Amino acid sequence: MEIQITQEPKAVVLTITGRLDAVTAPEFETTLRNLIDQGTHQVVADLHALDYISSAGLRALLAVGKLLKAKGGEICFANLHGTVREVFDISGFGSIFTLHDSPADALAKLG
Amino acid sequence: MPPVRTTVAAQLENLGLAVAFVEEAAERAGLGHQQTFGLLVAVEEAFVNICHYAYQERPGDVVISCDVDDSALVVELEDSGPPFNPLELPEPDTTAGLMEREIGGLGIHFIRNLTDAVSYRREEGKNRVRMILQRVGVSTA
Repeated sequence: MEIQITQEPKAVVLTITGRLDAVTAPEFETTLRNLIDQGTHQVVADLHALDYISSAGLRALLAVGKLLKAKGGEICFANLHGTVREVFDISGFGSIFTLHDSPADALAKLG
Repeated sequence: MPPVRTTVAAQLENLGLAVAFVEEAAERAGLGHQQTFGLLVAVEEAFVNICHYAYQERPGDVVISCDVDDSALVVELEDSGPPFNPLELPEPDTTAGLMEREIGGLGIHFIRNLTDAVSYRREEGKNRVRMILQRVGVSTA
């Protein structure tokens, strides 16, 4: 897994590449906790290059989502493709997070 | 095709080996991308369960076997830990909102929903979780 971090005026955009599984999820969570500690409250996660996600990956997303919400912020997602989308749907995550077609779309909605 | 079998130590760092082994069998069985993805998520959940719970007293192994017949791919994960039936774990509430959502319980939900059938057996002092994926539209000629 690789995480590319881009600071936009309204949010931090993450591009997650590869696998978010039981092995890589702790690294993802640590990276996000550090960003949040540094003052990040709005996160847009671009998932177009995410090949795979399991429940361990979802747990990390949920932990980060709760942390951000407690600080008045949010994590939203963009570019969910077929199989990743299916995992979001089966878990009900598609309804607890906001999903966008693209990062640009997500940033525009942040107003 | 004869069944294939591999044994790996029940440690998270071996997840990649376990997944690669099953992925190869899925390819031989001619499963599609979507079905393979679902199977690999289910296998990860079962494997991680064993790593976390089966060997709290002493280290142990996971035996993974894959068997392809005309109609299905059968994947079985076996451990020698104390009796534990993951299918008895409660289903998560997948309709709860963000802050009410519990962190956990999704693994077994995925095993149930991403395979065509799953079963548990306790025999010969081992836990055996069997997952079946139907080979849809595969020519067996």
